[in-house]
Amino acid sequence: MKSLQEIHELREEKRKELDLRVNTKADTREKHILVCHGTGCTSSKSPQILESFRKILKERNITNVRVIKTGCFGLCAKGPIVIIRPEDTFYSLVTPDDCEEIIEKHIINGERVERLLCKDIDGKLVNSLDELNFYKKQKRIALKNCGVVNPEEIDEYIAFDGYKALEKVLKEMSQDGVIDVIKESGLRGRGGAGFPTGKKWELTKASEGEQKYVVCNADEGDPGAFMDRSILEGDPHSVLEAMMIAGYAIGANKGYIYVRAEYPIAVQRLKIAINQARDYGILGENVFDTDFSFDVEIRLGAGAFVCGEETALLESIEGKRGQPRVKPPYPAQSGLWGKPTLINNVETYANIAQIILNGAKWYSSIGTESSKGTKVFALGGNVNNIGLVEVPMGTTLREIIYDIGGGIPNGREFKAAQTGGPSGGCIPKEHLDTPIDYESLKEIGSMMGSGGLIVMDDTKCMVCLAKFYLEFTVSESCGKCTPCRIGTKRMLEILERLCNGEGEELDIYKLEKLAVNIQESSICGLGQSAPNPVISTLKYFREEFRQHAIQKECRTLECKAMAKITIDEEKCKGCGLCQKHCPVNAIDGIGRDKRIINQEKCIKCGTCISTCPFHAIGN
Amino acid sequence: MNEEANNKKDNFIESLFEEYKPIKDNLIQMLNEVQEHYGYIPKDAQKALSEFLDIPMAEIYGVVTFYSRFTLKPKGKYNISVCLGTACYVKGSQKIMDRLKDRLQIEPGETTQDGLFSIEKTRCVGACGLAPVFTVNGEVYGKATVKKLDEVLDGILNKENS
Repeated sequence: MKSLQEIHELREEKRKELDLRVNTKADTREKHILVCHGTGCTSSKSPQILESFRKILKERNITNVRVIKTGCFGLCAKGPIVIIRPEDTFYSLVTPDDCEEIIEKHIINGERVERLLCKDIDGKLVNSLDELNFYKKQKRIALKNCGVVNPEEIDEYIAFDGYKALEKVLKEMSQDGVIDVIKESGLRGRGGAGFPTGKKWELTKASEGEQKYVVCNADEGDPGAFMDRSILEGDPHSVLEAMMIAGYAIGANKGYIYVRAEYPIAVQRLKIAINQARDYGILGENVFDTDFSFDVEIRLGAGAFVCGEETALLESIEGKRGQPRVKPPYPAQSGLWGKPTLINNVETYANIAQIILNGAKWYSSIGTESSKGTKVFALGGNVNNIGLVEVPMGTTLREIIYDIGGGIPNGREFKAAQTGGPSGGCIPKEHLDTPIDYESLKEIGSMMGSGGLIVMDDTKCMVCLAKFYLEFTVSESCGKCTPCRIGTKRMLEILERLCNGEGEELDIYKLEKLAVNIQESSICGLGQSAPNPVISTLKYFREEFRQHAIQKECRTLECKAMAKITIDEEKCKGCGLCQKHCPVNAIDGIGRDKRIINQEKCIKCGTCISTCPFHAIGN
Repeated sequence: MNEEANNKKDNFIESLFEEYKPIKDNLIQMLNEVQEHYGYIPKDAQKALSEFLDIPMAEIYGVVTFYSRFTLKPKGKYNISVCLGTACYVKGSQKIMDRLKDRLQIEPGETTQDGLFSIEKTRCVGACGLAPVFTVNGEVYGKATVKKLDEVLDGILNKENS
């Protein structure tokens, strides 16, 4: 247990100690080696890097250097990432074997290890994070602490104004006062639909009932979106603090975090955070000597996409099959065990403390007319800088993909960007300059969704992409309502026919008709938005669908039934490189012979096409 | 299943009964633990949970089959899971999956006859920077190619056959 006074002292003391994390001119003889421990970097051995650093420091008896595990820095493509503070040197693609050299050269001799510095897209060597184009256009609010603090140390969170917003709310503000600030800030739900957060809080507060609940939706199911996970892994206390603020505002004393079991690191860090907050008396009875009490429990999901839908999530917390309820009543009136329940998404919560501390005006000054603040996107697919980016609303897709993302690799052309996952749509080249907010994305046939942003180059077939998303929806449909259960299956069958070269022109018409029917008659958001990937690809790439249906042709290699890879005899120089790389030995010929593809063995993987130095192989 | 394994199972389930209260909401949490421990949900465990939580077997079966994380059959010694999240899909993970199915002659969710391999599709392991990704018993193989998969499979087969 810590008194408020003790927390104030702790904050002041720790903040001084950690100044070097955010201030390159910090007055200190200490150095901190920050090692990213997000899921991406952890998968490529960052825990071994951390151990290796610690071992070397111990062996060499160096005491003024600390090795810290942090959350995600964002630039996952360059992981594992190591940053040395206060000088803010950014090392990329580090391996455990590099640690010795970093200690020897950087820490002892004060020189940079040039070969580990990151090269920007323009080829320039960068020294620090801020010099990277990737970071220049970003504005970090929800991700403010990610990569700065050790997520497993509550003291570090407290040092950077942690739990200060909670104190302010409990000591100085009324319940309505808090709701007013959130309303004025213009914050909208970051889980996908964009419902005004303050309004949701107001509705839940207004509902009658002795017992109310606060729920955090951390069931990030959209394949390719990982911002919620990164926030939980990098800054779990920010979510706890916001849930408590919400609890105070609506009059709830109990919270649940529903998180995917597939996120073991996030679950682990949340557990640590909850225990630490309980130890300090921040979570529990009479928080900060007020009569407000609050406690949080974690509930693990078990792999069902539909549980991201709020009412299905409630069913799942209650231990049942995650099938959505018919709305109304909304959770604000009748949620968990029939009690008024407030559900917000992780990223939404991550903004709350900042809004309380900096004011509604500050927050609403960022963004566009209808969408305030920032949005975190998980940038992935055919783009150079894969990772997590947080930009003000109103940033254009072009800025995200080219300025921040560094453009398309391998000299390919941009074809489409997909936002909103299985509920969203494809955005073609002509809309690259649309400023992104909730409304503009809807207008061009996509949606914000949770923030997955997948970039596709010209080797991608749009019919296949639509099929991919439909496969997802079909396997994730909960089966409760007929349009979604059966309708999406029929759509998938049509798309499969098209991809196999067995389609006909009428199929396109059938797809469109089914899509509208499913949209209009499904019970929940999953079904209502399931046809979106098909509708938007049909809208912008209709010609490609027609080629599949009428000419039985696919310009890419993806529709294997229609693909036939051949080697141009004129261009082939008989170097044999394709043969060497072919995984199934489907290429015949010896010496300087012109090579021939054995069509029976060929699996159409395209490896030979990309390895041929003479561009002699094609579809 | 031999007797020893049976005894172990009983102990584990009993330890769960001490940890959790007998209220219905705990079903999914307890199933998660069972799945984690055995790699699948044995029928005996369903029966035990049914009595403990006072939930009919049919309802438990309904929950188990609803969530993709729960499986009713044991997984192989090597459980290979291919990420079919969008980021990996765009980078060609379907090719990896196709190759895997082709080589092992099983579908996702199935285990080979000899119990050596099982395959699974997952939606996003979160290592999008390494796409496409597959995992073998949780260990991540990033920037995967058909060739890399073949090497990994051959490595396992060599080890098992020697």
